[in-house]
Amino acid sequence: MKHYWPSYINKTTKAAPLAAFRFLFGLLMLISLIRFWYYGWIEKLYILPTFHFHYYGFDWVTVPGPWTYLLFFVCGLSSFSFAIGYKYRLSIIIFFLSFTYIELMDKTTYLNHYYLVSLLSFILIWIPAHAHFSVDAYKHKGLANEYIPRWSLDALRLMIAIVYIYAGLAKLNSDWMIDALPLSIWLRAKVDLPIIGSLMDEQWLHYLFSWGGAIYDLFIVFFLICSRTRIYAFATMLFFHIMTRLLFPIGMFPYIMIAASLLFFSASFHTRFLSGLSKILLIPYDVFCNGLTYRRHINFDRYAPYILIPFFLVQILFPLRCHLYPGNLFWTEQGYRFSWRVMLMEKTGYANFKVVDSQSGKHFYVQNEDFLTSFQQKQMSTQADFIIEYAHYLGEHFKSQGHQNIQIFVESYASLNGRKSQPYIDPDVDLLTVKNSLAHKKYILPLHE
Amino acid sequence: MYQKISIIILLIVTTLSCNDTDPISAIDRVDSFDRSEMLSFWADEIIIPAYMAYANDLSEMDETAKTFFADPSASNLEKLRESWLEAYISWQSVSLFEIGKAEEIGLHNYTNIYPTNIELIHSNISNNNYNLILPSNFAAQGFPALDYLLYGIEDTEEGIVSTLSKEDVRTYAISLIERLYSITTEVLDHWTESYRSEFVANDGSSGTASVDKVVNDFLFFYEKYLRAAKIGIPAGKFSGSKSSRHVEGFYSEKYSKLLFQRAFTSVKDFFNGISYDGQRRGTSIKQYLDQIQNISNSDIDYSGNIISQWNVAQSAADALDSNFKTQVEEDNTKMLAVYDELQKAIVLLKVDMMQALNIQVDFVDADGD
Repeated sequence: MKHYWPSYINKTTKAAPLAAFRFLFGLLMLISLIRFWYYGWIEKLYILPTFHFHYYGFDWVTVPGPWTYLLFFVCGLSSFSFAIGYKYRLSIIIFFLSFTYIELMDKTTYLNHYYLVSLLSFILIWIPAHAHFSVDAYKHKGLANEYIPRWSLDALRLMIAIVYIYAGLAKLNSDWMIDALPLSIWLRAKVDLPIIGSLMDEQWLHYLFSWGGAIYDLFIVFFLICSRTRIYAFATMLFFHIMTRLLFPIGMFPYIMIAASLLFFSASFHTRFLSGLSKILLIPYDVFCNGLTYRRHINFDRYAPYILIPFFLVQILFPLRCHLYPGNLFWTEQGYRFSWRVMLMEKTGYANFKVVDSQSGKHFYVQNEDFLTSFQQKQMSTQADFIIEYAHYLGEHFKSQGHQNIQIFVESYASLNGRKSQPYIDPDVDLLTVKNSLAHKKYILPLHE
Repeated sequence: MYQKISIIILLIVTTLSCNDTDPISAIDRVDSFDRSEMLSFWADEIIIPAYMAYANDLSEMDETAKTFFADPSASNLEKLRESWLEAYISWQSVSLFEIGKAEEIGLHNYTNIYPTNIELIHSNISNNNYNLILPSNFAAQGFPALDYLLYGIEDTEEGIVSTLSKEDVRTYAISLIERLYSITTEVLDHWTESYRSEFVANDGSSGTASVDKVVNDFLFFYEKYLRAAKIGIPAGKFSGSKSSRHVEGFYSEKYSKLLFQRAFTSVKDFFNGISYDGQRRGTSIKQYLDQIQNISNSDIDYSGNIISQWNVAQSAADALDSNFKTQVEEDNTKMLAVYDELQKAIVLLKVDMMQALNIQVDFVDADGD
């Protein structure tokens, strides 16, 4: 080990793949933010709701009202700036902070690929993605390099490998593999699609997609690494992501993953890509191909490996934390997020909150639409941590209205992957007596198969 | 090479996994559900006939109002009240379908917001300067406002006849009736002229497709207007104290149950695919659910559970007084019992049915993953 580490850490590789990824990823982020703004989602998801659901430990992250637009503007600007490699370190740090802040504002909008964006941009802070094909390197000739430390490219590849492999492992459960759930529920509703629509009722297709998806996720990275299979793996990947894009509303995710898969392509592929792009953009690409290797410039580079090693340890361990909790993971969702569990379940719920005066016994029910958007109601009704946070909010609200001795109970039902609806949270627990924490939530009733 | 192997493995594995499952299911599988047939049935046999009957009743009400105002008498008032009731009952069958033009103009808000605001009605009458299009006037128009004018504006029949025939009151009453008629014909014309074909053609499965929208409207009606407005709110489910003032048809004091029953029947008929005239059966949500149960080999009887829960709610409702005002004031527990039974069906509808149909409650236009 002692012997291998220094030799690995000093290995170099061509800078082109990393630079190309920086460029594509930045542009995709810019498009994705513009798209978000254009669809009116900033207003709908962040500004209009009067209440926001917080991640545990991030209650301090609040929506800054109309300044949210500025936040998105800064985030968009920084994504363009790091894409072209202008004031790279500053831009990528601003992008990471602003994007992550946006995601932390309301967990209603949690998506695995937003989390991935945060992680990728965090890694990008620590690696010299601007050493090649960038404004910085063009202006400061000392920064222009043809080679970079090998570990910096490998760090991004490792991140992508973790995502796919964990996504694949997560699919190895009985609902997915044995019952083709929830894909059969989703595909059945797509019978109106042109050409393939008539197949969507077919059971074999549900199994083909389920098993194909699991095998794809588990092995695609290995086929991408191996140069002989790479082109086939890439074709499979295109097919897979185009299919999922056609069938499901998954936004920018397929494009991000397709761009990320290019990280596994050879340096010569990327050199051709960048020199072609340079011709179009009238940039003298030759200045970056100077045979030099990126050397440590600032403290960043010296400490980077020692930041990224613990980072990856966390990345490998964190998705496994669900095993610390009892019960069915899909039902309790304890340790479900941030674990690359993608499209694994169809869960529908209904939560009816009852406000009780513990002295007089008088009670009334809450109309959720008075407080939450329909999107928030949907997310809240199937996730215990949302239900607790909302109950506490209701408690504060009714206290401020002069109600006293308040207790809040919930009559909630949920249906998981086509099972019959069943009670979700213990209806006899006063939700104001429990707090959100990382401990096991005993008031989640067990799932009956 | 590896790729080829993996494709072969994948094929073998999927073939095997198919063999593992019940071979009968493939035979049982009925042909793909015909959404556009269902939409045609809804449009041609339920929605458009309901709107036509409703518009017809409104025009009838307009006629009887003209007769009354030309010759204000107790018997002409009675005729006006009868036509008002007919139209109010017909309204209960169109209110489920707040889609298309009705959604665009907000038909419900201009038709049936109660309790009506009598201070606002009087100030509108005396100012003679009001704009019924403004949201601030929702609670001063529609059937509940007419309920007040025709039954509650004075204590005696003679008093009502003489007050209604006053110039400013008459003008207001006529403008309410005419507005109901004009917005309804606007919706109906839109259906018959262009929207019908657009509605039927939009037979996809996205959140904005017709089936998804109608099913959401249907759920919304059931939850907000049937369960909450007609029963839950007067019974005090959302405030902690009962309030007979919130009963539908508060001033006429005898029709609240009739209106409720008609709305509930419309809900059930729509679910079961029974035509507006009750003569025909067509493709329905019930059939759709039954087919899904069949295809997915599910042991959940989606439609049966809903229908039997509704039967329980129906027998609880049958025990109510014809005037909910009396019921709330004298024995609210029966109102609460009806609410509870209607509520139990909400879980079956909003959770089990929606998951089976794979329809999102209140389609949200945002990304998933």
